[in-house]
Amino acid sequence: MKKIFVVTVLTLLFLVLVYSVLEMPDFASLNSPAYNELARYYVENAIEEAHATNVIAAIITDYRAFDTLGETTVLFTSILAVTSVLKGKKHE
Amino acid sequence: MNDLIVKTIVRWVIPFIQVFGVYVIFYGHVSFGGGFSGGALIGASLILYAITFGLKASKKMVPHKRSQWMESLGILWYIALGIVGIYASGYFLGNKTAGFFMGEAGQLLSAGIIPLLTIGIGVKVASTMITLFQKLVEENEDV
Repeated sequence: MKKIFVVTVLTLLFLVLVYSVLEMPDFASLNSPAYNELARYYVENAIEEAHATNVIAAIITDYRAFDTLGETTVLFTSILAVTSVLKGKKHE
Repeated sequence: MNDLIVKTIVRWVIPFIQVFGVYVIFYGHVSFGGGFSGGALIGASLILYAITFGLKASKKMVPHKRSQWMESLGILWYIALGIVGIYASGYFLGNKTAGFFMGEAGQLLSAGIIPLLTIGIGVKVASTMITLFQKLVEENEDV
């Protein structure tokens, strides 16, 4: 009884997931919701506003510099955690 | 590892890897790359050195004290640049509005705050990689 229930629930879930995958926009489609005016804005204005020919660098260190500060903090915290857990033998 | 061939080749290869890493960091705003990838290259070269010549030599090259300073200065440099932006324009990490030297797009000295931040990120990523490796190896001193 339990097994049948589990199998039916999982099958329904599988069908829902397959349906949503089929509904997804095509790869590199211009109509996909992820490709909105923001991406176009970056490509058109990165050189003028950040004077950087590498648009990715302009995004991660100019438009989204605060986010990169967070990433750097993640690195700092990770090394802090490792050094507090693994103490090693002796500090030289 | 105690192999003459490996040691010689590594001794020859490391400078090239590091020069390429520095290039990737400094030209992050002009061509491919950036702070994370360039820092990863330099950190990988330091890890290669540690694997080949042992933990002791690696610790002589990058002692914990030095990596600790690199670690802290990288992030403090980043935050200090952001605070400079607050003073100059009112925006944290402001770039053009804060009046950093913008130059001409495509030149090495351009893009204001971007190369400065990239250097900070690169130093930080490289020191994080080598410190993590040293700490993990220290646990069982075999390498």
